[in-house]
Amino acid sequence: MQGEDSRLSMTRRDLLRLVGLSAGGAAMYAVMNRLGHAAESPYQGTPVLQGTPRGASVLILGAGLAGMVAAYELRQAGYKVQVLEYNHRAGGRNWTLRGGDTYTELGGFTQHCQFDRGHYINPGPWRIPYHHRGLLDYCKKLDIPLEPFVQVNHNAYLHSSKAFGGKPQRFRTVNADYRGNLAELLAKATQQSKLDAQVSREDQALLLESLRQWGALDEKYAYVAGPGTSNRRGYDKEPGGGLSAKPLDSQPLSLHDVLGSHLWSGLSDGEGYEFQTSLLQPVGGMGRIGEAFARKLEGVIRYNAKVTAIHQDQGGVTVSYEDARRSGHVQSARADWCICTIPLSILSQIPMNVSAPMAEAIGAVPYAASVKVGLQFKRRFWEEDEDIYGGITLTDLPINTIAYPSCDFNRPGKGVLLGAYLYGLDAYQFTAMSPEERVRRVVEYGSQIHPQYRQEFENGVAVAWHRAPYTLGCFATWTDELRDKHYDNLCQIDGRIALAGEHASYLPAWQEGAVTSALDVITRIHQRVVAGGTA
Amino acid sequence: MKPLLCIVALLLACTSCVRAQSSGKPLYTYASLRNANGEAVFHAICQGCHMPDAKGATGAGTYPALAGNSKLGSPQYMAAVVLFGRHNMPSFEVRPSDHKNFFEDATLTDEQIADLVNYVRTHFGNHYTNSITAAEVASMHPQTASAKQP
Repeated sequence: MQGEDSRLSMTRRDLLRLVGLSAGGAAMYAVMNRLGHAAESPYQGTPVLQGTPRGASVLILGAGLAGMVAAYELRQAGYKVQVLEYNHRAGGRNWTLRGGDTYTELGGFTQHCQFDRGHYINPGPWRIPYHHRGLLDYCKKLDIPLEPFVQVNHNAYLHSSKAFGGKPQRFRTVNADYRGNLAELLAKATQQSKLDAQVSREDQALLLESLRQWGALDEKYAYVAGPGTSNRRGYDKEPGGGLSAKPLDSQPLSLHDVLGSHLWSGLSDGEGYEFQTSLLQPVGGMGRIGEAFARKLEGVIRYNAKVTAIHQDQGGVTVSYEDARRSGHVQSARADWCICTIPLSILSQIPMNVSAPMAEAIGAVPYAASVKVGLQFKRRFWEEDEDIYGGITLTDLPINTIAYPSCDFNRPGKGVLLGAYLYGLDAYQFTAMSPEERVRRVVEYGSQIHPQYRQEFENGVAVAWHRAPYTLGCFATWTDELRDKHYDNLCQIDGRIALAGEHASYLPAWQEGAVTSALDVITRIHQRVVAGGTA
Repeated sequence: MKPLLCIVALLLACTSCVRAQSSGKPLYTYASLRNANGEAVFHAICQGCHMPDAKGATGAGTYPALAGNSKLGSPQYMAAVVLFGRHNMPSFEVRPSDHKNFFEDATLTDEQIADLVNYVRTHFGNHYTNSITAAEVASMHPQTASAKQP
């Protein structure tokens, strides 16, 4: 068996080597795709920009991840690069709020983050899927330490205000009881010959065997209290050591109770491709990535530069900008090419002479609302009282999500958790509140799940993305219909201007979308430059 | 109301709407949003960007003011923006359920949109005397509009 496998893979490897030798990397990639490899990510490593840019210059708008990836690579390839950034810092949505930080949102509402030293919240992206190879590659290049991000925690909660009297249930028990009851049901149907038309006798035997394992069924294919069930859903009294160490089995919930609670709707949260183990996070906050890029690009980025107009002509692109802190004095920057990573929410308001289809695309994509709230508590009660180390609690309350920190596990002292992560109508409503009101409400709602909130809460910060002065929204909400109509037009190089960012990707809201769109755009611009240098 | 009745009423209110257990104005659910009038919709949703005083805000880009904005001269224009969105502003049109995002879209009925437009055009220093009806908003939906075209 094993020999056969290795023979197969030898053959495959030889084939790939031959294809690679005779037809080059692209052909090898195409074959690998057909063989089922390499389909995970369009990322093929940092593009090698071969050939000299012959003194060509590129002006990059926005020092978020897309802009800084482009700047970093183009500089390495020998381009003259300058970056204009609206904020006084780099990173864009790659951003960590720490104690001592001040953040003023639109409307003039200012918050002073009062977290203790070492504590933080990531208002934007906060987790890196293992297959986001572009971003992970830059973390490696920039020497950014990563640690596991816990997505699924079997001991965190699924909570419904309408089920079990509002008492939160452990993910573990709902998961075990949902599976156990389904397995029992399917086993019964099999044994009562109700599946004979669909499933062969041989497969029925295998199905029963698999159901027993999958659902923790007993020898009669029943899902009942016992050691096997407790081993999945937990015990009424945990096994221990010594005289009174004998465990007490717990009583499973019925199928009716599990279904009626609707808590099953939270079970697949970690099943999606982007949420499967392993997920990672930079040690010390997601903002470490933007901060590291900014150090590499010192002197290249001009901060507090608010772009007011983008104009291209035969010879290049001129961008007008003013000081973001006080308007009036307009300056300009010019280069042969312009890579614009300004979010469409803002770019749609900036005069820019591109083709009508691209202009239409820029104005066609609405931005999602999202709100995140970080709360500092006097102690890590979720660990100390409830054995929850990282992971996510889901609730039908407007706060939607409580995420426990995936760092500093089991340390004494204070802790900061994500007290709310909102989308849709809840996000609209929290955006419409003052920051203080958001925090106050989040603490009130959260105390329905963790009563310790009332005693232990110290301070909080709330970021509503539609009020972020530099994005005016969270991310581009493409629909299939919008993509069909506008996506390709958005991604074209229009004369001497090209766009990059999560909005120019099929990975909306993910940093990997920003990274891969930037790599794609610099590759295409570079091809034009080495081919002749004109648009 | 007698104290006991008060308590009973309060208990009933709480069990039917546990979500609202946070002090201050109750939050809308997707279902209860239908009961919101124009004023309530403005304060629950619109003021997030257009600000509580409807004066808008400017950062790298701008949220237009709804106070003293000459574009409000046309209630139809305003209704169209709410219905179909504009630039980064999402559409609030009630759409078929196959139009799915990973989060549910918040939508407003034609009646709510009319009431919202009329509310904004008569507050925040706006004193327009004409108004728009739900039927007029209804006539602006694409299928209705295309059916009317020759």
